[in-house]
Amino acid sequence: MTHWLIAPVVLPAMLAPFIVLAARYHIGIQRVFSMTGVLMLVAISAGLAWATADGTIMLYQLGDWAAPFGIVVVGDRLSTMMILLTTVLALFVLIYAISSGWDDRGRHFHALFQFQLMGILGAFLTGDLFNLFVFFEVLLIASYGLMIHAGGTVRLRAGVQYVLFNLIGSTLFLFALGALYAETGTLNMADLANRVTLISADETVGIRVAAVLLLLVFAIKAALVPLHFWLPSSYAEAPAPVAALFAIMTKVGAYAIIRVYTLIFPPDLAITAGLHDTWLLPAALVSLAVGMVGVLAAKRFDRLVAFSIIGSMGMVLLSIALLSPEGIAAALYYIVHSTFAGAALFLIVDLVRSGRANLALTAQAPVAGATLTASLFFVAAIAMAGLPPLSGFLGKLLVLDAAFDSDLMVWIWAVVLGSSLISVVGFARAGSVLFWKAQSVAPSADADPVTPPATMSYVAIGGLVTLLALHTIFAGHMHGYTTATAAQLFSPEPYITTVVDTPGKLSDGKTEDH
Amino acid sequence: MEFLIASAIGVMTAAGIYLVLRLRTFPVILGISLLTYAVNVFLFTSGRVVAGAPPVLRDDVTTYTDPLPQALVLTAIVISFGMTAVVVMIGLGAFLGSDDDHVDDQPDTLENEPEGKV
Repeated sequence: MTHWLIAPVVLPAMLAPFIVLAARYHIGIQRVFSMTGVLMLVAISAGLAWATADGTIMLYQLGDWAAPFGIVVVGDRLSTMMILLTTVLALFVLIYAISSGWDDRGRHFHALFQFQLMGILGAFLTGDLFNLFVFFEVLLIASYGLMIHAGGTVRLRAGVQYVLFNLIGSTLFLFALGALYAETGTLNMADLANRVTLISADETVGIRVAAVLLLLVFAIKAALVPLHFWLPSSYAEAPAPVAALFAIMTKVGAYAIIRVYTLIFPPDLAITAGLHDTWLLPAALVSLAVGMVGVLAAKRFDRLVAFSIIGSMGMVLLSIALLSPEGIAAALYYIVHSTFAGAALFLIVDLVRSGRANLALTAQAPVAGATLTASLFFVAAIAMAGLPPLSGFLGKLLVLDAAFDSDLMVWIWAVVLGSSLISVVGFARAGSVLFWKAQSVAPSADADPVTPPATMSYVAIGGLVTLLALHTIFAGHMHGYTTATAAQLFSPEPYITTVVDTPGKLSDGKTEDH
Repeated sequence: MEFLIASAIGVMTAAGIYLVLRLRTFPVILGISLLTYAVNVFLFTSGRVVAGAPPVLRDDVTTYTDPLPQALVLTAIVISFGMTAVVVMIGLGAFLGSDDDHVDDQPDTLENEPEGKV
């Protein structure tokens, strides 16, 4: 049994206390350790993704206890792809946080950053639903700290909303877990998948309640309309590198929906029939529309980007709600794209913010380094709005193609194409007001000269944009990989047998050694 | 026994949801506390209600109660306690900073940029 699978959780869990205890007054040491840790995480994740790329299911039993009794960590194609995505994003976000000095504007940025990574990576890797709840709480409590990093009243107010909303979400999650446990007597995902099929058809009330509650919880995380109200102000008021890292947080919700509704409640299961096509699909369509209308209607640049995140999550969930192998493959392709595009946009917001009095979409004197910032915005906006030639366009085509056989095909095509048009107009308006009209405003004579952003900040954003370009150029490979991932998700027997049948302590069913 | 526990969970959840829907921070936090109490009792009973039985599985014991929900509820209590403390501190900071404890967004004034931003 290889121990590498637990390393993405253990490494940040050990680094974070070290940074707090040993290096709390030395920002330089903190930066070195944080960066080293993230680089190691990228290497480990890449190794794990490589090891599972051929369809192998990696299993790690904590304390060597066998599956239904002990906690397991499972690495399959989906999990390792998501942790690789997270760590690569974290690398560029960390470069930006250090180069822009955001990490030095409050205390404990790097420790919280590591705890945040621990929670996200753990949530992607765990094979146990209660453990998923615990990792959700780890990532949330770190995100509460990051969200109000550097303080300020407006940020604290947005932080209160964010924390309260997520506390309610956590409570709902516990209700769902209690109902699941009462009905099945287990919380291990693979074991649940086996036991849910054994429930007789006339006693499905509890399990159906649990399935709906779980969907609600994950929909809150994924900012699905009408559960999206926490997102715009929290993401807009959070420090830019934190908002960029949060681009992966909504994807944790999407990941959990994919995992639970392919493994535990697969689409052909009678008791949850109708959940995804009657409820999730229309809600996703409304999210897409609301998000993109929000892009057009936003009065501030940071809100605009936050609404574009809601819109892109609508697109992801729309594709997931089809619950077909093609739909999941398209959703995974789009998740990678929208994570990088959203993060790049939030970092660009910060570049604009550092040179202006506020982020209102009105013509103001040009920001320092406007040419490069404007070109990066141009590329990232094209990607987010889904115009050719970038990966947003390809992702959208894949979603449209996957929706071809759906009953709601006309609605899906109409909303996807219509909302694209609206978002193109919204982004074009923002870009022209922020960067072109600015040329017509003369800077006031008494204004302080602003220093242009650091070169490494551009390297960080440029890196994210380059990844988007690579995601487009190697789209065939990426889509092949996500198709294989979807195929693995829709034949879960190897996953279940690996988890349930691997021997460990207590696996013979005897109970002598407590 | 079952009726007592079930109605207690129901009453606490109803009161919690009512308080969560209030406008100001303090009642909302109280509501969330009530909700977490409700969910803790709910988790505790998810392994079925058995009175006066040990929560351990031994060979010579015939009546026992499921130990797993007790472990789950311990985790849930610790987490919800910590989270409530965090939200009280953040809410207090926001109230002291803005002299206003509404939980919803106040009208957006572009002139008032947050002082934390540079």
